[in-house]
Amino acid sequence: MTTPLLSIKNLRVKFRLDKHNSFEALKGISFNVMPNQTVALVGESGSGKSVASLAVLGLLPKENATVDKASSIEFEGKNLLTFSNAQKRALRGSEISMIFQEPMSSLNPVFTVGFQIEEVLKEHKGLSGKAARDRAIALLTEVGIPEPAIKIDSFPHQMSGGQQQRVMIAMAIACEPKLLIADEPTTALDVTIQKQILDLIAALQKKHNMAVLFITHDLAVVGDIADHVVVMRNGEIREQGAAIDVFSTPKDDYTRALLACRPVVDSRPKRLPVIDDFMAGRADAMRLEQRSRGVKDSDPVVLEVKGLCKDFVSREGLFGKRVFHAATDVSFKLRKGKTLGLVGESGSGKTTVGLTIMKLHDATKGEAWFEGKNIFAMSEKEFLPYKKRIQIIFQNPYASLNPRFTVGQIICEPMIIHCIGANAEARAKMAFELLAKVGLPEMSFYKYPHEFSGGQRQRIAIARCLTMKPDILICDESVSALDVSVQAQVLNLLQDLQDEFGMSYIFISHDLAVVKYMSDEVMVMSEGNVVEQGDSDALYAAPKAAYTRKLLDSIPRGLVATVG
Amino acid sequence: MTTAAINPNNPALGIERSPGLWSLAWKRLKADRIAVVSMVIVIAFLLLSFAAFFGLIAKDWNKEIAINYAPPTLFKDSHKPAADLRPGAATDAGPAVDGAAAKPEFINDRDPLREVIIELKAQLGQSTGAADSGIKIVDPLADVLTELRKQLGRTGDGAANVVEAKRLDYLPFGADKWGRDVLAKVIQGSETSILVGFAAAIVATILGTVLGAFAGYYGGKTDDALNWFYSIFSSIPYILLVLAIAAVLKQKGVVTVVLILGLTGWTSIFRLVRAEYLKHKARDYVRAANAIGASNLRRMFVHIFPNISHVVLVQLSLHVVLFIKSEVILSFLGFGVPVDTVSWGSMLNESQNELILGYWWQLAAATVFMAVLVTAFSLFTDALRDALDPKLK
Repeated sequence: MTTPLLSIKNLRVKFRLDKHNSFEALKGISFNVMPNQTVALVGESGSGKSVASLAVLGLLPKENATVDKASSIEFEGKNLLTFSNAQKRALRGSEISMIFQEPMSSLNPVFTVGFQIEEVLKEHKGLSGKAARDRAIALLTEVGIPEPAIKIDSFPHQMSGGQQQRVMIAMAIACEPKLLIADEPTTALDVTIQKQILDLIAALQKKHNMAVLFITHDLAVVGDIADHVVVMRNGEIREQGAAIDVFSTPKDDYTRALLACRPVVDSRPKRLPVIDDFMAGRADAMRLEQRSRGVKDSDPVVLEVKGLCKDFVSREGLFGKRVFHAATDVSFKLRKGKTLGLVGESGSGKTTVGLTIMKLHDATKGEAWFEGKNIFAMSEKEFLPYKKRIQIIFQNPYASLNPRFTVGQIICEPMIIHCIGANAEARAKMAFELLAKVGLPEMSFYKYPHEFSGGQRQRIAIARCLTMKPDILICDESVSALDVSVQAQVLNLLQDLQDEFGMSYIFISHDLAVVKYMSDEVMVMSEGNVVEQGDSDALYAAPKAAYTRKLLDSIPRGLVATVG
Repeated sequence: MTTAAINPNNPALGIERSPGLWSLAWKRLKADRIAVVSMVIVIAFLLLSFAAFFGLIAKDWNKEIAINYAPPTLFKDSHKPAADLRPGAATDAGPAVDGAAAKPEFINDRDPLREVIIELKAQLGQSTGAADSGIKIVDPLADVLTELRKQLGRTGDGAANVVEAKRLDYLPFGADKWGRDVLAKVIQGSETSILVGFAAAIVATILGTVLGAFAGYYGGKTDDALNWFYSIFSSIPYILLVLAIAAVLKQKGVVTVVLILGLTGWTSIFRLVRAEYLKHKARDYVRAANAIGASNLRRMFVHIFPNISHVVLVQLSLHVVLFIKSEVILSFLGFGVPVDTVSWGSMLNESQNELILGYWWQLAAATVFMAVLVTAFSLFTDALRDALDPKLK
């Protein structure tokens, strides 16, 4: 048996919160990373997976983090916890290196990418001048940047997100480390780019004989590349084993829940099973109850959009201007009680369409017919009564709630504006009812948004929309920022509300599986144009456009499909 | 401007409201020792000036109760009270009599005639008419003069004081040129300075916040216009602007000083608030407010304002300090409060001449009071900023 490259034994990390309270982020975890192996550390937010990776690199904040004395992190037989700062620094970058989630914020915006790669080489390899530059170009070539000799002099902002992540990878492998730690490297990227980056990491791992510690919240992503999977929850390891075993015969209920609560393309249960269902053992029954989707011509049309165009004009120079076509000639019909899915990668214009329908942007051209009136032709004042009929739930639940309002104020605000409810008490009563409806306790009424988790905040945002009893609800990436298990809960809630109130949804997402699960009809967008639209089952079964096929191929299926 | 008052203590629930920004900030402020000390000092000053405002203390600052330039109690030995330097003092009060009565500490302990002198003085002090008659001997018009003084009412009892009551030889903080109590003056001065500081800071903050909110929120042409206005305002030298506004207002007074400072001091608040609004208007929660149909004004002042109110409060606090200092400078230069009111600045102005003669106590009193308040207020502002900074949570 070979000796492990990295061996974590009984790692306990505590964070001091204030004088009396501390929080145990890791409760004694142990796992090994063998040479040339990819180990996936999977868990939802708060599971402690990132803390583990920071502990390995010695990057835990000194002020409040303490590592238990009995813990050990052995790298090639040496305990990293006993290393001095200088020793740790020498190790980082040369033996162990890391890539982060957000490439844009990990790269220094005022230096060229070449300079940043050369700096790593200078620091750890002693290369300088021409030698460093040549090596940097070679690295950029290796990570698949087109025209590396030119791109080496560009600044991070001149590159796309995928290219930035490639640069980060180039920096990470510059010194040929033995261990590469990848912390959610693809989470911020589009599906097609995500697939490319995953392929790249897998290829580099083979070529350089690296070990990779891959940290992610998404089990599906690691299915393709991991040899060994470690599933974490609340600072504990729930299950670990060879990837194939974990995916095909998960032993732990939590692992099974994680695998199942993410909607998959080829199955559509009536409700998504959430972790509680697995714990209660009723998940298997739920999976059998399927929901059928699709629209009939007899379904009444709520909103009809014809030829929507939205241009953004930016001034350039003194008189010049540049026009950016965010959305071109978008037409669709939304039917009562049905969901229209809007899929596309970032920059495809799907959010622009959503915001323009809400008149949060003014349409450049086009018509939107709602109850026999063209809402695009209305003035702000004329539109006001219609505003409550069309509502939106934003992507980031941390940003869309006013941090200085209590939840009660947030929910009552639309009622005050639209004069719903006779007085403050009547409004408060309604707010309590809505809180119960979205599954939040009554005491939430007096709390501030920062006291809630992402999923709970999204429920608050939904409750706010429900006060106005809208006919149309636009969900703009409403579940993208949430953990998979929470995502399933929110999707179930949206589904229940649609069944109860007969609202029509415009469901915008980059996640094809989620859109497939929610939608009756789907519209695929790319660079402001509608590529394909039609019945969701038909579209997913037989995509006509090449772009749709490419998108569908990029969905990380891994071994998940075999389990589903 | 607040949203519906919701009954927090719903009987069915019996739970408490979560602590908001302000209660958390207050908690942090209380935990900060420097903040508490400086807050106590500031509050003490505020109470002092309130008391002065309502005439509870230092009402009689204008009374000439001591001899001219009477020294502070602590330094009575090292400073000889000078001869009466008041113009016309010789004909007015009679230097011989007044002077003799006013200098008991001049008695040499080894003087053989000491006993006699003390007795003589006691006699003079007892007979109230002594000084009067003394004057009458020298000045045949003394009666008329006293009568005239009474009619003019300038010094009111002062005239009687001059003539009848014994003037004090020293005061806790000394006396000024006219024998007025420096302590009373400095308290009265702090009332003026604090009033001016707060009022001007409030005027400037309201102006800066409202203009900044409009410029930042609306952007485009509104922003351009307000920025032009701001640039013009800040391109004129400060003192020149002050002179111009003073000339337009055509009168001297506390209100004028408040207006001058308020109208010139809003610019930095404007820039800050504008930047905050620029930042916040693009935030999702403002977009969400738009989506639920909140009007522009509602978005500006109900939704965004609570999120930037801590910035405004810190600016207000900073500007109070700034304007207290500015008022002192203006009054020192003679553009400030009129002569019939006293402020720290006008005290400093008076002490210019006194300092040459070695009478430093008026300068010291005004400077110490001002320094203590300004330092305490600045420390308080820093602590306030720390307490309100969401990043330091």
